[in-house]
Amino acid sequence: MKFTLKVWRQKNAQEQGSFVTYEVFGISEDMSFLEMLDVLNEDLTLKGEEPVAFAHDCREGICGTCGLFINGRAHGPLTGTTTCQLHIRHFKDGETITIEPWRAKAFPVIKDLVVDRSAFDRILQAGGFVSVNVGSAPEANGILVPKKNADEAFDTAACIGCGACVAACKNASAILFVSAKVSHLSLLPQGKPERRTRVLNMVKTMDEEGFGNCTNTGACEVECPKGITLASIARLRREYCKAKIKG
Amino acid sequence: MTMNSHIPDGKLEEKWSKHKANLKLVNPANKRKFDIIVIGTGLAGASAAASLGELGYNVKSFCFQDSPRRAHSIAAQGGINAAKNYRNDGDSVYRLFYDTIKGGDFRAREANVYRLAELSVAIIDQAVAQGVPFAREYGGLLDNRSFGGTQVSRTFYAKGQTGQQLLLGAISSMYRQISLGTVKAFPFHEMLDLVVINGRARGIVARNLITGEIKSYTAHAVVLASGGYGNIFYLSTNAKGSNATAIWRAYKKGAFFANPCFTQIHPTCIPVSSHYQSKLTLMSEGLRNDGRVWVPKNKNDNRSPDQIPEEDRDYFLETRYPAFGNLVPRDVASRAIKLVCDEGKGVGGKNAVYLDLTDAIKRLGKDVIEERYGNLFEMYEKITGESPYKTPMRIYPAIHYCMGGLWVDYNLMTTIPGLFALGECNFSDHGANRLGASALMQGLADGYFIIPYTMSNYLADLGFEKVSVDRPEFKEAENKVKEQVRRFLSIKGNRTVDDFHKELGKVLWDGVGMSRSEQSLKTAIDKIKVLRAEFWKNLKVNGTDETLNQSLEKAGRVSDFLELAELLAGDALLRDESCGCHFRVEHQTDDHEAKRDDEKFSYAAAYEYQGEDKPAQLHKEELKFEEAHLAARSYK
Repeated sequence: MKFTLKVWRQKNAQEQGSFVTYEVFGISEDMSFLEMLDVLNEDLTLKGEEPVAFAHDCREGICGTCGLFINGRAHGPLTGTTTCQLHIRHFKDGETITIEPWRAKAFPVIKDLVVDRSAFDRILQAGGFVSVNVGSAPEANGILVPKKNADEAFDTAACIGCGACVAACKNASAILFVSAKVSHLSLLPQGKPERRTRVLNMVKTMDEEGFGNCTNTGACEVECPKGITLASIARLRREYCKAKIKG
Repeated sequence: MTMNSHIPDGKLEEKWSKHKANLKLVNPANKRKFDIIVIGTGLAGASAAASLGELGYNVKSFCFQDSPRRAHSIAAQGGINAAKNYRNDGDSVYRLFYDTIKGGDFRAREANVYRLAELSVAIIDQAVAQGVPFAREYGGLLDNRSFGGTQVSRTFYAKGQTGQQLLLGAISSMYRQISLGTVKAFPFHEMLDLVVINGRARGIVARNLITGEIKSYTAHAVVLASGGYGNIFYLSTNAKGSNATAIWRAYKKGAFFANPCFTQIHPTCIPVSSHYQSKLTLMSEGLRNDGRVWVPKNKNDNRSPDQIPEEDRDYFLETRYPAFGNLVPRDVASRAIKLVCDEGKGVGGKNAVYLDLTDAIKRLGKDVIEERYGNLFEMYEKITGESPYKTPMRIYPAIHYCMGGLWVDYNLMTTIPGLFALGECNFSDHGANRLGASALMQGLADGYFIIPYTMSNYLADLGFEKVSVDRPEFKEAENKVKEQVRRFLSIKGNRTVDDFHKELGKVLWDGVGMSRSEQSLKTAIDKIKVLRAEFWKNLKVNGTDETLNQSLEKAGRVSDFLELAELLAGDALLRDESCGCHFRVEHQTDDHEAKRDDEKFSYAAAYEYQGEDKPAQLHKEELKFEEAHLAARSYK
């Protein structure tokens, strides 16, 4: 198979970027999307050009490092899939594919398709934890958690922090990401004493980092590779209101 | 340099408590006067940074990823072992200890393994307290499953994403310390050298991967938790960035490297499908709880699996190993799979066998199977385009984990005072084969419960004095690193880094893979030497060292793999026995099981660097078994 790739190239955060068109040949349908970029990069290197920088690591859909905006969609045409788990069999031979980085003020471009998502880490550092020192944990089965809550907590804790929700949102809001962590922890009995400060601090940091506001378009839910839903945003709002009212 | 394992005296079950009681402490007010560098933010590194930060030390945490949360522990699937005995099925600390020693084919240190089993229970408590959403039963209590090499259910899990959940738990504790100011994170930074002053580890040189800046960082102690070197084989279940650079460069500064040839091959991975394949994906060992492994009895049986009746199927693990069945340890399962494929019975004549959950789906219903393994089935379908709910998975073994690593004593300190190694990057607990769900256990035991104690013991005698980055040792290390970076960019040859890496991987898989022989190892060593020489003449890296340059990063890692490969193959050649994952074809029983030679090889092989192109010096740590009786492993 062969493809025409329109790839965003940008030297660094300061300089303007632009699309550059490349042709790739000899691509097989069993290859992953990133393996196609590997082929492009090998080719560029041998031609003496700089390969395209793109973020990736585990290539099994769990580390959250990869994230490309493919043909106008975060992580490409499939739902529930990270870029590294997207395979060529979902594209038509000869197709033109446009590849861009995540675009959001809070995610400045580092180079080509790589962006800086450290804002996510700072949000988690503002309260995405249970304050428990090593050594002071009670016996594990001493804390009973109803299976339904544990399962729901797991579903939101499955967030990989890739940033697709921000990239998909026209406001570049990080609300789905923040709500996933707030939901995970508020569904469990652990860390209850800090439940209110947690949500207030995390939302405050989210705003300070320059993410936009949520206008309920639901684009984040559609593109989330881990299936985190708007229900967690609703839960975040409840948690936030309760915290504000009760102080 | 000398090797003293510092194993405490006394009975096995009392060693750790007695040792803890004898370790020196650092006063709480003095802890903040000490700086500690931690390399890596996987389970071992994140838990170490968190627990050392909680104690009040100044911790600097480095990782090459863009965020600490992305370290490859995140991809661990199946679970974590702990001797809680919640099932009332006969489990105990002793049994977990014994299973681990036996699973490692009697090539691990008893005292360390016993301590690991002892600490396992507290890990679960800690993780639950952090809010790790483990699988639960309807009564709200924790659920368990079984893993290979055991006959009890002691594995705690969170679907097929246990590593993710445990890592996010450890990271949340580390982030809390960041918010409290005890830990400072340096993402996008790669350690490129260790700095040793007056015989002690006193800092590192790291490269900022975004700006290219090469800079020194000082500390009173350095903790390496940089993971395994499985990527040396190019195709492995490791993340693309996983590398051996931190431990290899520490080795070249005097830390001994132990048992490099103990590299684990995981039986159940998605087979290689194309020439361009960039990595292999694991299908969790947890699946062997409910899945049955089989091949068609007859060669060239090209019927689709649902058309092959029971009598034409060979459930070879169940027939070969009736006591453990599909849940034999990884090395045993991998070899059995290779054996049937070598006989030409692989599915479609290829290197693949079925891992079939059809019976379990019939017995338990699709919903239960989906709840247990849903994410794995999805992953499989995305990669292969086939649904395991309808067609059995096809699997084949792949490189997964390294039991070998830096040699450490009972305190997890390497042969360089002040340099510690935790988690997969050390050699200590798994012998010649790691049991499933034990890597998470070891990483967290090391980081949460061991290093906080042994670190204070080291620092108590050291004194608060800081070293300056202006010292010649730092300048020399910086210059060496800068020179290497310049060299990569100036070769301007004709082959890419990946091209060299792929060839190295093939040489190793062919010669030092699932089965090894004197001839295959000698051939591999010759080929590695030739390839390494070509690398330095014909490498092509474009771009500059002043921005993000992923080819340049890879060049550094592959240059280290090319050196480590020779040590790995040399160790495999020297170990003229079969044990665990290390299968020398010359040493096998009549039914193709590994045959150990305890007379000659009941030791850990620790290598000391002697300089470029000089053979490493071997030091032997004799393994003494006081509790576990040396016996031929049997899972029949």
